[in-house]
Amino acid sequence: MLEVRALSRPGLAPVDLDLAAGEALALLGPSGSGKTLLLRAIADLDPNQGRVGLDGEDREDVPAPTWRRRVTYLSTEPGWWAERAGEHFPDAAGAKALLPPLGLPEDMMARPIAELSTGERHRLALARVLVQAPRVLLLDEPTSGLDQETTRMVEAVLRARLADGAAILFSTHDEALAARLGDRCVRVRDGRVETETP
Amino acid sequence: MTATYITLDYLDLGLAALLLVLNGALSIWLRLGLERQLLIAALRMCVQLGLMGLVLKTLFAVVSPWLTGLAVVVMVAFAGREVMARQETRFRGFWAYGLGTTSVLFAGTLVTVFALATQIQADPWYHPRYAIPLLGMILGNTMTGIAIGLNTLTGRVKRERAAIETMLALGETRAAAFRPFVRSAVRNGLIPIVNAMSAAGVVSLPGMMTGQILSGVEPMEAIKYQILIMFLIAGGTALGVVTAVHAGALRLSDARHRLRLDRLAGN
Repeated sequence: MLEVRALSRPGLAPVDLDLAAGEALALLGPSGSGKTLLLRAIADLDPNQGRVGLDGEDREDVPAPTWRRRVTYLSTEPGWWAERAGEHFPDAAGAKALLPPLGLPEDMMARPIAELSTGERHRLALARVLVQAPRVLLLDEPTSGLDQETTRMVEAVLRARLADGAAILFSTHDEALAARLGDRCVRVRDGRVETETP
Repeated sequence: MTATYITLDYLDLGLAALLLVLNGALSIWLRLGLERQLLIAALRMCVQLGLMGLVLKTLFAVVSPWLTGLAVVVMVAFAGREVMARQETRFRGFWAYGLGTTSVLFAGTLVTVFALATQIQADPWYHPRYAIPLLGMILGNTMTGIAIGLNTLTGRVKRERAAIETMLALGETRAAAFRPFVRSAVRNGLIPIVNAMSAAGVVSLPGMMTGQILSGVEPMEAIKYQILIMFLIAGGTALGVVTAVHAGALRLSDARHRLRLDRLAGN
């Protein structure tokens, strides 16, 4: 489904990757190894070279905003641009149903962002991405800062998306999470994508 | 109109300069350490204005479109430099100077030519006695507005980087992601002229109007001129700020709707 060919940018050697529908690929590697650079490059958030395609369609043939709605990157430190949680959603009422499976109360939409904990913000940002039902999720440490219980909830939500045919590329330090959620793992070191372990 | 213009001789200026000496004495007495800067600033003012007087005298004597044009270019170049100097964060390369200067040039000359061609109707239209003072007043205010507007834009975009990138990552266009910051930058750039218009006549007596009154012009005539100038300044500032801030926002993003903070110096 997602095809990455010779994708490179400063700090990242050319990368080839393939991701099938319903597949999750874990990126493992130390901080600063280039995991985030790779995820951002696929989302076309920084200048980069190479070819990226989705379902046979070239990224360059699609307007960048359309591409990012299909292939959506979620940062470890998502930003907020309005006061209340619900104001960040195109349809807050319709998006409510996404919250309980992530361990968030439905009334969270009315709360100010400033009052939310880091973990709540993280899951809220994930809900904001899921609302658009992207084909590919590019998740930067999707469970960082979450306790065991909420980590399991997030994993269950992501598995449901995989079952619906989405693909997930995620970075993590957590080998156990990589093994649980990832169908495959690749290691990233010094801006190079190294071995692929089935 | 009774022309009761009182000329000043150099003795009068000398007497006024005594006040500056008083300033210097205060600085020494209170140990402000400003006496040197005061002296230099006062000397600079005298030399700069003296040179300006000579330039204007020559320009008025010859009434040449080329020489007037040259004066315009020099004024715009200095205004552009001033915009750049007032930026906390500058654009890299040509844009550091080019963005402000181009916007000042566009807005300032457009509004000045509009005024000269329609309301003032000088003969010839480029007569430096009208063109240079008009342009000077419009440039000064436009320059301030643009400097504030650009400074607000780059500052906010840098600070709100995470919010902008999240919007872009969710598939918003760059126009949508930058909108709140473009809006506050334009608003900040326009506040000084709005304040100046509100305060005019109550808190402040604008310099040009006072100058005309001192030179013997009927107050109502001077006020009409001042109102015209205020409208021109407001128009020029709005045009300049909107141009500069939008061009700045375009420069801070690219055709693939990415945030390009790498185009700011020090990023």
